[in-house]
Amino acid sequence: MSKIRLTTPLTNDVVNRLKSGDQVLISGTVYTGRDAAHLRLVKAIEEGESLPFEVEGQIIYYVGPAPAKPGEVIGSCGPTTSYRMDDLTEPLLALGLKGMIGKGERNQTVVDGMKNHRAIYFAAIGGAGALIANAVKESTVIAYEDLGPEAIRKLVVEDLPAIVVIDADGDNLYETERAKYQKK
Amino acid sequence: MREINVSIIREAVQKMCVDMNYYIGADIKKSFEDNYKTEASPIGKAIILDLIENSKIASDKQVPICQDTGMIIAFVEVGQEVVLVGGDISEAINEGIRRGYGEGYLRKSVVSDPLIRQNSKDNTPGVIYYDIVAGDQVKIKLAAKGFGSENMSRSKMLKPSDGIKGVESFVVETVSLAGPNPCPPIVVGVGIGGTIDKAAQIAKKALMRDLESASEHEHIKALEERLLEQINDLGIGPQGLGGTTTALGVNVEIYPTHIAGLPVVVNINCHASRHLETVI
Repeated sequence: MSKIRLTTPLTNDVVNRLKSGDQVLISGTVYTGRDAAHLRLVKAIEEGESLPFEVEGQIIYYVGPAPAKPGEVIGSCGPTTSYRMDDLTEPLLALGLKGMIGKGERNQTVVDGMKNHRAIYFAAIGGAGALIANAVKESTVIAYEDLGPEAIRKLVVEDLPAIVVIDADGDNLYETERAKYQKK
Repeated sequence: MREINVSIIREAVQKMCVDMNYYIGADIKKSFEDNYKTEASPIGKAIILDLIENSKIASDKQVPICQDTGMIIAFVEVGQEVVLVGGDISEAINEGIRRGYGEGYLRKSVVSDPLIRQNSKDNTPGVIYYDIVAGDQVKIKLAAKGFGSENMSRSKMLKPSDGIKGVESFVVETVSLAGPNPCPPIVVGVGIGGTIDKAAQIAKKALMRDLESASEHEHIKALEERLLEQINDLGIGPQGLGGTTTALGVNVEIYPTHIAGLPVVVNINCHASRHLETVI
Protein backbone atom coordinates (compact mmCIF):
# COMPACT_ATOMS: atom_id res chain seq x y z
CA MET A 1 0.00 0.00 0.00
CA SER A 2 1.40 3.39 -0.96
CA LYS A 3 1.92 5.87 1.79
CA ILE A 4 0.49 9.38 1.77
CA ARG A 5 2.92 12.21 2.46
CA LEU A 6 1.58 14.91 4.76
CA THR A 7 3.14 18.24 5.65
CA THR A 8 2.05 20.26 8.66
CA PRO A 9 0.14 22.44 9.26
CA LEU A 10 -2.87 20.45 8.05
CA THR A 11 -5.83 22.07 6.31
CA ASN A 12 -9.44 20.89 6.41
CA ASP A 13 -9.08 19.84 2.76
CA VAL A 14 -6.28 17.46 3.62
CA VAL A 15 -8.03 16.22 6.75
CA ASN A 16 -11.26 15.51 4.87
CA ARG A 17 -9.45 13.39 2.31
CA LEU A 18 -7.75 11.14 4.88
CA LYS A 19 -9.52 7.87 5.62
CA SER A 20 -9.22 5.34 8.40
CA GLY A 21 -6.54 2.84 7.36
CA ASP A 22 -4.42 5.28 5.34
CA GLN A 23 -0.72 4.95 6.00
CA VAL A 24 1.01 8.31 6.14
CA LEU A 25 4.45 9.86 6.43
CA ILE A 26 4.32 13.14 8.34
CA SER A 27 6.82 15.94 7.77
CA GLY A 28 7.09 19.41 9.28
CA THR A 29 6.54 20.61 12.81
CA VAL A 30 4.72 18.60 15.44
CA TYR A 31 4.39 19.49 19.11
CA THR A 32 4.81 17.00 21.93
CA GLY A 33 2.38 16.96 24.80
CA ARG A 34 1.19 14.35 27.25
CA ASP A 35 -0.55 14.14 30.63
CA ALA A 36 0.93 17.01 32.65
CA ALA A 37 1.34 19.34 29.65
CA HIS A 38 -2.31 18.83 28.69
CA LEU A 39 -3.43 19.77 32.19
CA ARG A 40 -1.50 23.04 31.88
CA LEU A 41 -2.66 23.76 28.32
CA VAL A 42 -6.31 23.32 29.24
CA LYS A 43 -5.91 25.39 32.40
CA ALA A 44 -4.34 28.16 30.30
CA ILE A 45 -7.26 28.03 27.85
CA GLU A 46 -9.79 28.18 30.69
CA GLU A 47 -8.03 31.16 32.21
CA GLY A 48 -7.76 32.94 28.88
CA GLU A 49 -3.97 32.89 28.82
CA SER A 50 -1.95 32.54 25.65
CA LEU A 51 -0.61 29.10 24.74
CA PRO A 52 3.03 28.22 24.09
CA PHE A 53 2.26 27.55 20.42
CA GLU A 54 -0.40 28.36 17.84
CA VAL A 55 -2.67 25.31 17.91
CA GLU A 56 -4.56 25.92 14.67
CA GLY A 57 -3.68 23.41 11.95
CA GLN A 58 -1.13 21.64 14.13
CA ILE A 59 -0.52 18.09 15.28
CA ILE A 60 0.17 17.11 18.88
CA TYR A 61 2.25 13.99 19.42
CA TYR A 62 1.56 12.23 22.71
CA VAL A 63 5.11 11.40 23.68
CA GLY A 64 7.60 11.78 26.51
CA PRO A 65 10.95 11.16 24.82
CA ALA A 66 13.95 9.52 26.42
CA PRO A 67 16.92 11.91 26.84
CA ALA A 68 19.10 12.43 23.78
CA LYS A 69 22.52 10.85 23.89
CA PRO A 70 25.40 13.18 23.00
CA GLY A 71 25.33 13.81 19.25
CA GLU A 72 21.70 12.67 18.91
CA VAL A 73 18.67 14.92 18.29
CA ILE A 74 16.38 13.01 20.63
CA GLY A 75 16.16 9.75 22.53
CA SER A 76 13.65 7.01 21.79
CA CYS A 77 10.27 8.60 21.23
CA GLY A 78 7.34 6.31 20.56
CA PRO A 79 3.74 7.23 21.37
CA THR A 80 2.13 7.00 24.79
CA THR A 81 -1.44 5.76 25.38
CA SER A 82 -3.92 8.39 24.27
CA TYR A 83 -7.03 7.83 26.41
CA ARG A 84 -5.43 9.68 29.32
CA MET A 85 -5.71 12.88 27.29
CA ASP A 86 -9.36 12.25 26.31
CA ASP A 87 -10.88 14.62 28.84
CA LEU A 88 -8.40 17.35 27.91
CA THR A 89 -8.73 17.21 24.13
CA GLU A 90 -11.95 19.01 23.18
CA PRO A 91 -10.66 22.52 24.06
CA LEU A 92 -7.67 21.97 21.76
CA LEU A 93 -9.86 20.68 18.92
CA ALA A 94 -12.00 23.81 19.36
CA LEU A 95 -8.87 25.89 18.78
CA GLY A 96 -8.25 24.13 15.48
CA LEU A 97 -5.97 21.23 16.40
CA LYS A 98 -5.99 19.04 13.28
CA GLY A 99 -4.16 15.93 14.37
CA MET A 100 -3.12 13.83 17.31
CA ILE A 101 -0.54 11.04 17.22
CA GLY A 102 -0.74 8.40 19.93
CA LYS A 103 -1.80 4.84 20.46
CA GLY A 104 -4.94 3.15 21.75
CA GLU A 105 -8.61 4.01 21.93
CA ARG A 106 -10.28 7.45 22.22
CA ASN A 107 -13.61 8.08 23.90
CA GLN A 108 -16.79 9.29 22.24
CA THR A 109 -16.27 12.90 23.33
CA VAL A 110 -12.99 13.01 21.42
CA VAL A 111 -14.46 11.32 18.35
CA ASP A 112 -17.43 13.73 18.36
CA GLY A 113 -15.02 16.65 18.71
CA MET A 114 -12.96 15.35 15.80
CA LYS A 115 -16.07 15.12 13.63
CA ASN A 116 -17.29 18.59 14.59
CA HIS A 117 -13.95 20.34 14.21
CA ARG A 118 -12.48 18.06 11.50
CA ALA A 119 -9.40 16.36 12.93
CA ILE A 120 -7.50 13.09 12.58
CA TYR A 121 -6.28 10.61 15.14
CA PHE A 122 -3.11 8.88 13.99
CA ALA A 123 -1.38 5.92 15.63
CA ALA A 124 2.35 5.42 15.65
CA ILE A 125 3.80 2.08 16.69
CA GLY A 126 3.96 1.85 20.47
CA GLY A 127 7.26 0.49 21.65
CA ALA A 128 9.11 1.36 18.44
CA GLY A 129 10.72 4.42 19.99
CA ALA A 130 14.21 3.82 18.63
CA LEU A 131 12.86 3.48 15.08
CA ILE A 132 10.64 6.58 15.32
CA ALA A 133 13.54 8.69 16.65
CA ASN A 134 15.15 8.39 13.21
CA ALA A 135 12.37 10.59 11.78
CA VAL A 136 13.03 13.45 14.21
CA LYS A 137 15.43 16.04 12.83
CA GLU A 138 15.14 18.81 15.44
CA SER A 139 13.85 18.95 18.99
CA THR A 140 13.46 22.09 21.10
CA VAL A 141 11.77 22.45 24.47
CA ILE A 142 9.37 25.40 24.13
CA ALA A 143 7.38 25.22 27.37
CA TYR A 144 7.03 23.64 30.80
CA GLU A 145 10.67 22.61 31.02
CA ASP A 146 10.18 21.70 34.69
CA LEU A 147 8.07 18.74 33.57
CA GLY A 148 11.16 16.94 32.27
CA PRO A 149 10.05 14.28 29.76
CA GLU A 150 6.57 15.83 29.82
CA ALA A 151 7.72 19.29 28.68
CA ILE A 152 6.32 20.59 25.38
CA ARG A 153 8.81 20.15 22.57
CA LYS A 154 8.70 21.49 19.07
CA LEU A 155 9.84 18.65 16.83
CA VAL A 156 10.77 18.93 13.20
CA VAL A 157 10.06 15.54 11.66
CA GLU A 158 10.67 14.01 8.28
CA ASP A 159 8.55 11.10 7.11
CA LEU A 160 7.32 10.12 10.57
CA PRO A 161 5.37 6.89 9.91
CA ALA A 162 1.81 6.73 11.22
CA ILE A 163 -1.55 5.28 10.35
CA VAL A 164 -4.95 6.98 10.31
CA VAL A 165 -6.91 5.13 12.97
CA ILE A 166 -9.90 7.44 13.42
CA ASP A 167 -10.74 9.80 10.57
CA ALA A 168 -12.80 12.98 10.67
CA ASP A 169 -15.96 10.99 9.93
CA GLY A 170 -15.37 8.85 13.00
CA ASP A 171 -14.45 5.63 11.18
CA ASN A 172 -12.25 3.59 13.51
CA LEU A 173 -9.62 1.15 12.24
CA TYR A 174 -9.28 -0.55 15.63
CA GLU A 175 -12.89 -1.67 15.36
CA THR A 176 -12.96 -2.65 11.70
CA GLU A 177 -9.68 -4.60 11.72
CA ARG A 178 -10.26 -6.41 15.01
CA ALA A 179 -13.61 -7.68 13.74
CA LYS A 180 -11.88 -9.33 10.78
CA TYR A 181 -9.71 -11.54 12.97
CA GLN A 182 -11.96 -12.16 15.97
CA LYS A 183 -13.01 -15.80 16.26
CA LYS A 184 -16.47 -16.89 17.49
CA MET B 1 28.45 -16.66 56.82
CA ARG B 2 29.37 -14.94 53.60
CA GLU B 3 29.93 -11.21 53.47
CA ILE B 4 28.62 -9.34 50.46
CA ASN B 5 29.29 -5.64 50.05
CA VAL B 6 26.18 -3.82 48.87
CA SER B 7 28.30 -1.94 46.33
CA ILE B 8 28.31 -5.18 44.28
CA ILE B 9 24.52 -5.14 44.36
CA ARG B 10 24.50 -1.47 43.33
CA GLU B 11 26.76 -2.19 40.36
CA ALA B 12 24.67 -5.18 39.26
CA VAL B 13 21.47 -3.12 39.38
CA GLN B 14 23.10 -0.25 37.48
CA LYS B 15 24.22 -2.56 34.66
CA MET B 16 20.92 -4.43 34.43
CA CYS B 17 18.94 -1.17 34.21
CA VAL B 18 20.88 -0.18 31.12
CA ASP B 19 21.18 -3.59 29.48
CA MET B 20 17.54 -4.57 29.72
CA ASN B 21 16.45 -1.28 28.18
CA TYR B 22 18.87 -1.52 25.22
CA TYR B 23 18.79 -5.21 24.41
CA ILE B 24 15.61 -7.10 23.77
CA GLY B 25 15.29 -10.54 25.43
CA ALA B 26 16.21 -13.54 23.27
CA ASP B 27 12.79 -15.06 24.00
CA ILE B 28 10.96 -11.97 22.76
CA LYS B 29 13.11 -11.77 19.63
CA LYS B 30 12.42 -15.40 18.81
CA SER B 31 8.71 -14.92 19.47
CA PHE B 32 8.61 -11.91 17.09
CA GLU B 33 10.22 -14.03 14.38
CA ASP B 34 7.87 -16.99 14.95
CA ASN B 35 4.77 -14.80 15.03
CA TYR B 36 5.84 -12.90 11.93
CA LYS B 37 5.49 -16.19 10.04
CA THR B 38 2.04 -17.02 11.40
CA GLU B 39 0.42 -13.55 11.69
CA ALA B 40 -2.67 -13.41 9.45
CA SER B 41 -3.03 -9.63 9.15
CA PRO B 42 -0.87 -7.74 6.64
CA ILE B 43 -0.82 -4.67 8.91
CA GLY B 44 0.07 -6.95 11.82
CA LYS B 45 2.91 -8.52 9.88
CA ALA B 46 4.31 -5.10 8.96
CA ILE B 47 4.16 -4.01 12.60
CA ILE B 48 6.04 -7.10 13.82
CA LEU B 49 8.69 -6.40 11.21
CA ASP B 50 9.00 -2.81 12.50
CA LEU B 51 9.35 -4.11 16.05
CA ILE B 52 12.20 -6.40 14.96
CA GLU B 53 13.83 -3.47 13.16
CA ASN B 54 13.30 -1.27 16.24
CA SER B 55 15.05 -3.75 18.52
CA LYS B 56 17.95 -3.93 16.10
CA ILE B 57 18.31 -0.12 16.04
CA ALA B 58 18.14 -0.02 19.82
CA SER B 59 20.95 -2.53 20.31
CA ASP B 60 23.11 -1.11 17.49
CA LYS B 61 22.83 2.49 18.69
CA GLN B 62 22.61 1.54 22.36
CA VAL B 63 19.40 3.43 22.95
CA PRO B 64 16.28 2.23 24.75
CA ILE B 65 13.85 -0.03 22.85
CA CYS B 66 11.00 2.14 24.13
CA GLN B 67 11.01 5.68 25.54
CA ASP B 68 9.03 4.42 28.52
CA THR B 69 12.00 2.90 30.26
CA GLY B 70 9.71 2.01 33.10
CA MET B 71 9.65 1.94 36.84
CA ILE B 72 12.09 -0.55 38.33
CA ILE B 73 10.65 -3.59 40.07
CA ALA B 74 13.15 -5.68 42.03
CA PHE B 75 12.61 -9.13 43.51
CA VAL B 76 15.57 -9.73 45.77
CA GLU B 77 16.27 -13.11 47.34
CA VAL B 78 18.79 -12.88 50.16
CA GLY B 79 20.35 -16.08 51.39
CA GLN B 80 20.11 -16.39 55.17
CA GLU B 81 23.83 -17.12 55.38
CA VAL B 82 24.66 -13.76 53.82
CA VAL B 83 25.82 -10.75 55.79
CA LEU B 84 25.33 -7.54 53.86
CA VAL B 85 28.00 -4.95 54.56
CA GLY B 86 28.91 -1.51 53.27
CA GLY B 87 25.55 0.18 53.72
CA ASP B 88 21.81 -0.18 53.34
CA ILE B 89 20.71 -2.62 50.61
CA SER B 90 17.64 -0.60 49.55
CA GLU B 91 19.76 2.53 49.21
CA ALA B 92 22.28 0.53 47.16
CA ILE B 93 19.54 -0.68 44.82
CA ASN B 94 18.14 2.83 44.41
CA GLU B 95 21.62 4.20 43.81
CA GLY B 96 22.07 1.55 41.09
CA ILE B 97 18.82 2.71 39.50
CA ARG B 98 19.91 6.37 39.76
CA ARG B 99 23.27 5.71 38.10
CA GLY B 100 21.91 3.34 35.46
CA TYR B 101 19.16 5.73 34.37
CA GLY B 102 21.65 8.60 34.30
CA GLU B 103 24.49 7.00 32.38
CA GLY B 104 22.12 5.09 30.08
CA TYR B 105 20.17 8.21 29.00
CA LEU B 106 17.02 6.44 30.11
CA ARG B 107 13.82 8.36 30.77
CA LYS B 108 13.06 9.34 34.32
CA SER B 109 9.42 8.40 34.72
CA VAL B 110 8.84 8.33 38.48
CA VAL B 111 6.97 10.99 40.45
CA SER B 112 7.81 11.19 44.15
CA ASP B 113 4.22 11.57 45.34
CA PRO B 114 1.29 10.08 43.41
CA LEU B 115 -0.85 13.18 43.95
CA ILE B 116 1.61 16.07 44.00
CA ARG B 117 3.32 14.44 40.98
CA GLN B 118 6.74 16.00 40.92
CA ASN B 119 9.25 13.99 38.90
CA SER B 120 12.00 12.56 41.13
CA LYS B 121 14.34 13.18 38.17
CA ASP B 122 16.41 10.03 38.72
CA ASN B 123 13.76 7.30 38.34
CA THR B 124 13.93 6.36 42.01
CA PRO B 125 12.63 4.78 44.05
CA GLY B 126 12.08 1.32 42.64
CA VAL B 127 9.49 -1.12 43.96
CA ILE B 128 11.54 -3.62 45.94
CA TYR B 129 10.44 -6.99 47.33
CA TYR B 130 12.69 -9.05 49.59
CA ASP B 131 12.62 -12.75 50.34
CA ILE B 132 14.89 -14.46 52.84
CA VAL B 133 15.85 -17.83 51.40
CA ALA B 134 18.26 -20.67 52.15
CA GLY B 135 21.88 -20.42 51.05
CA ASP B 136 24.66 -17.86 50.80
CA GLN B 137 23.79 -16.02 47.61
CA VAL B 138 21.83 -12.93 46.65
CA LYS B 139 19.60 -13.20 43.59
CA ILE B 140 18.22 -10.03 42.03
CA LYS B 141 15.46 -10.17 39.47
CA LEU B 142 14.90 -6.77 37.91
CA ALA B 143 12.21 -5.51 35.55
CA ALA B 144 11.73 -2.13 33.90
CA LYS B 145 7.94 -1.94 33.88
CA GLY B 146 6.21 0.31 31.39
CA PHE B 147 2.93 1.87 32.44
CA GLY B 148 0.89 1.78 29.22
CA SER B 149 0.52 -1.90 29.99
CA GLU B 150 0.53 -1.58 33.79
CA ASN B 151 -2.52 0.68 33.54
CA MET B 152 -4.48 -2.08 31.79
CA SER B 153 -4.05 -4.52 34.69
CA ARG B 154 -7.04 -5.61 36.79
CA SER B 155 -7.88 -7.54 39.92
CA LYS B 156 -10.97 -9.39 41.04
CA MET B 157 -11.94 -11.32 44.13
CA LEU B 158 -13.72 -14.28 42.53
CA LYS B 159 -15.86 -16.76 44.44
CA PRO B 160 -14.47 -20.28 44.95
CA SER B 161 -17.43 -21.55 42.90
CA ASP B 162 -16.29 -19.46 39.92
CA GLY B 163 -13.38 -21.88 39.61
CA ILE B 164 -11.00 -22.11 36.71
CA LYS B 165 -13.69 -21.04 34.22
CA GLY B 166 -14.19 -17.85 36.17
CA VAL B 167 -10.47 -17.19 36.13
CA GLU B 168 -10.27 -17.78 32.38
CA SER B 169 -13.13 -15.48 31.53
CA PHE B 170 -11.74 -12.71 33.78
CA VAL B 171 -8.29 -12.90 32.18
CA VAL B 172 -9.66 -12.91 28.64
CA GLU B 173 -12.09 -10.08 29.46
CA THR B 174 -9.20 -8.01 30.86
CA VAL B 175 -7.17 -8.39 27.68
CA SER B 176 -10.23 -7.70 25.55
CA LEU B 177 -11.01 -4.47 27.42
CA ALA B 178 -7.37 -3.38 27.15
CA GLY B 179 -7.58 -3.66 23.36
CA PRO B 180 -4.88 -1.59 21.66
CA ASN B 181 -3.85 0.36 24.78
CA PRO B 182 -1.07 -1.80 26.30
CA CYS B 183 0.99 -2.07 23.07
CA PRO B 184 0.10 -5.55 21.89
CA PRO B 185 1.51 -8.09 21.27
CA ILE B 186 1.55 -8.33 25.06
CA VAL B 187 2.80 -10.68 27.73
CA VAL B 188 0.17 -11.58 30.32
CA GLY B 189 1.07 -12.30 33.94
CA VAL B 190 -1.64 -13.85 36.10
CA GLY B 191 -1.57 -14.35 39.85
CA ILE B 192 -4.17 -16.66 41.37
CA GLY B 193 -4.68 -17.21 45.10
CA GLY B 194 -3.19 -15.78 48.26
CA THR B 195 -4.70 -12.42 49.17
CA ILE B 196 -5.34 -9.38 46.95
CA ASP B 197 -1.76 -8.17 47.45
CA LYS B 198 -0.17 -11.61 47.14
CA ALA B 199 -2.02 -12.26 43.88
CA ALA B 200 -0.73 -8.95 42.50
CA GLN B 201 2.82 -9.71 43.60
CA ILE B 202 2.89 -13.16 41.98
CA ALA B 203 1.26 -11.78 38.82
CA LYS B 204 4.22 -9.39 38.60
CA LYS B 205 6.59 -12.27 39.31
CA ALA B 206 4.96 -14.23 36.48
CA LEU B 207 6.06 -11.46 34.08
CA MET B 208 9.66 -12.10 35.11
CA ARG B 209 9.51 -15.56 33.56
CA ASP B 210 10.72 -16.10 30.02
CA LEU B 211 8.19 -16.85 27.32
CA GLU B 212 9.47 -20.40 26.88
CA SER B 213 8.95 -21.21 30.54
CA ALA B 214 5.88 -23.12 31.62
CA SER B 215 4.30 -23.63 35.01
CA GLU B 216 5.56 -26.67 36.91
CA HIS B 217 1.95 -27.57 37.74
CA GLU B 218 0.27 -29.56 34.96
CA HIS B 219 -3.16 -27.95 35.37
CA ILE B 220 -1.63 -24.46 35.35
CA LYS B 221 0.53 -25.21 32.31
CA ALA B 222 -2.64 -26.31 30.51
CA LEU B 223 -4.37 -23.12 31.69
CA GLU B 224 -1.52 -20.99 30.30
CA GLU B 225 -1.89 -22.68 26.93
CA ARG B 226 -5.68 -22.32 26.85
CA LEU B 227 -5.49 -18.65 27.83
CA LEU B 228 -2.95 -17.88 25.11
CA GLU B 229 -5.21 -19.45 22.52
CA GLN B 230 -8.32 -17.65 23.72
CA ILE B 231 -6.48 -14.31 23.87
CA ASN B 232 -5.16 -14.70 20.35
CA ASP B 233 -8.68 -15.51 19.17
CA LEU B 234 -9.78 -12.01 20.27
CA GLY B 235 -8.48 -10.56 17.00
CA ILE B 236 -6.83 -7.54 18.67
CA GLY B 237 -3.49 -8.21 16.97
CA PRO B 238 -0.27 -6.18 16.91
CA GLN B 239 -0.94 -2.63 18.18
CA GLY B 240 -4.64 -3.47 18.24
CA LEU B 241 -4.87 -3.06 14.48
CA GLY B 242 -6.21 -6.58 14.02
CA GLY B 243 -4.56 -9.95 13.75
CA THR B 244 -3.72 -13.23 15.36
CA THR B 245 -0.78 -12.12 17.51
CA THR B 246 -2.36 -10.43 20.53
CA ALA B 247 -0.16 -12.05 23.17
CA LEU B 248 3.29 -13.57 22.96
CA GLY B 249 2.78 -15.56 26.11
CA VAL B 250 0.75 -16.09 29.27
CA ASN B 251 2.49 -16.91 32.55
CA VAL B 252 0.45 -17.94 35.59
CA GLU B 253 1.61 -18.20 39.19
CA ILE B 254 -0.44 -19.62 42.04
CA TYR B 255 -0.41 -19.48 45.85
CA PRO B 256 -2.52 -21.16 48.54
CA THR B 257 -5.58 -19.16 49.52
CA HIS B 258 -8.46 -19.02 52.00
CA ILE B 259 -11.52 -21.33 51.86
CA ALA B 260 -13.70 -18.29 51.12
CA GLY B 261 -11.70 -16.77 48.31
CA LEU B 262 -10.25 -16.94 44.81
CA PRO B 263 -8.28 -13.72 44.19
CA VAL B 264 -7.07 -13.11 40.65
CA VAL B 265 -4.80 -10.37 39.36
CA VAL B 266 -3.96 -9.85 35.71
CA ASN B 267 -0.78 -7.84 35.19
CA ILE B 268 -0.12 -6.92 31.57
CA ASN B 269 3.23 -6.26 29.99
CA CYS B 270 3.92 -4.82 26.55
CA HIS B 271 6.05 -6.55 23.94
CA ALA B 272 9.05 -4.66 25.33
CA SER B 273 9.10 -7.08 28.25
CA ARG B 274 12.33 -6.10 29.98
CA HIS B 275 13.73 -8.20 32.77
CA LEU B 276 17.09 -9.60 33.82
CA GLU B 277 18.48 -11.49 36.76
CA THR B 278 21.86 -11.67 38.48
CA VAL B 279 23.11 -14.03 41.14
CA ILE B 280 25.81 -12.74 43.46
